[in-house]
Amino acid sequence: MTVTGYMREKILYINLSGEMDECSAQDARAKCDKLIEENINAKRVIINLSEIEFMDSTGIGFLIGRYKKASRLSLPLFVEKPNFAADKILNLSGIYSLIPKAE
Amino acid sequence: MTKNYLKLQFYSLPINQAFARDAVAAFCLELNPTLSALSDVKTAVSEAVTNCTVHAYRGNLGLVTVECEIEDNKLHIKVSDTGKGIPDIQKAVQPFYTTLPSDERSGMGFTIMQTFMDEFKVNSIQGEGTVVYMSKSFEAEVENA
Repeated sequence: MTVTGYMREKILYINLSGEMDECSAQDARAKCDKLIEENINAKRVIINLSEIEFMDSTGIGFLIGRYKKASRLSLPLFVEKPNFAADKILNLSGIYSLIPKAE
Repeated sequence: MTKNYLKLQFYSLPINQAFARDAVAAFCLELNPTLSALSDVKTAVSEAVTNCTVHAYRGNLGLVTVECEIEDNKLHIKVSDTGKGIPDIQKAVQPFYTTLPSDERSGMGFTIMQTFMDEFKVNSIQGEGTVVYMSKSFEAEVENA
């Protein structure tokens, strides 16, 4: 899984791409947290999932971890564009009540 | 009547999680699955195999066995390990129950296996290992026509 980020109009966008599982999530956690820490002047953070080709329940734990990180810095967190399969898992977990979809 | 069988055995290394789910997905292509059914199977296998790495062997090296059988339009999957076993299965299958909350574990693995597959069963003996059985029927759908 690769992690890239950019700021636009005071919004930090984090793009995740590839396969999200227990194995691939480990590096991505640290990279995401670093992006959030480096951009604490952002108004909010949006994690873009459109290029995530596979996700298992690791994705739920991963997003809750980033939610905790962003909350400590008082940054609202959103996700956008999960594919059908990722959306199914995220819906099942009820995570959208914590981390709403941006659109 | 279609019948086919696959057996995979590999070390409980995290890197094998993707290999295992992709191999099972490739095996069930002959059932002409919809993309969404294929994704359900991949996710369920990923959960079962990850449990072996994370829970059964706790990061130690062990063997994971994945067996698949196709019978007509039905796929049966059996994932087994010889790890530490589950002390309380009823607790373990509850949504959001995890023994490792500090590791960002969601506790949703068994719930996903149950929800994404048609049939699900788990047997475990402490100190001997765990076996997860799952199955799913594939209907011919317009999506693939």
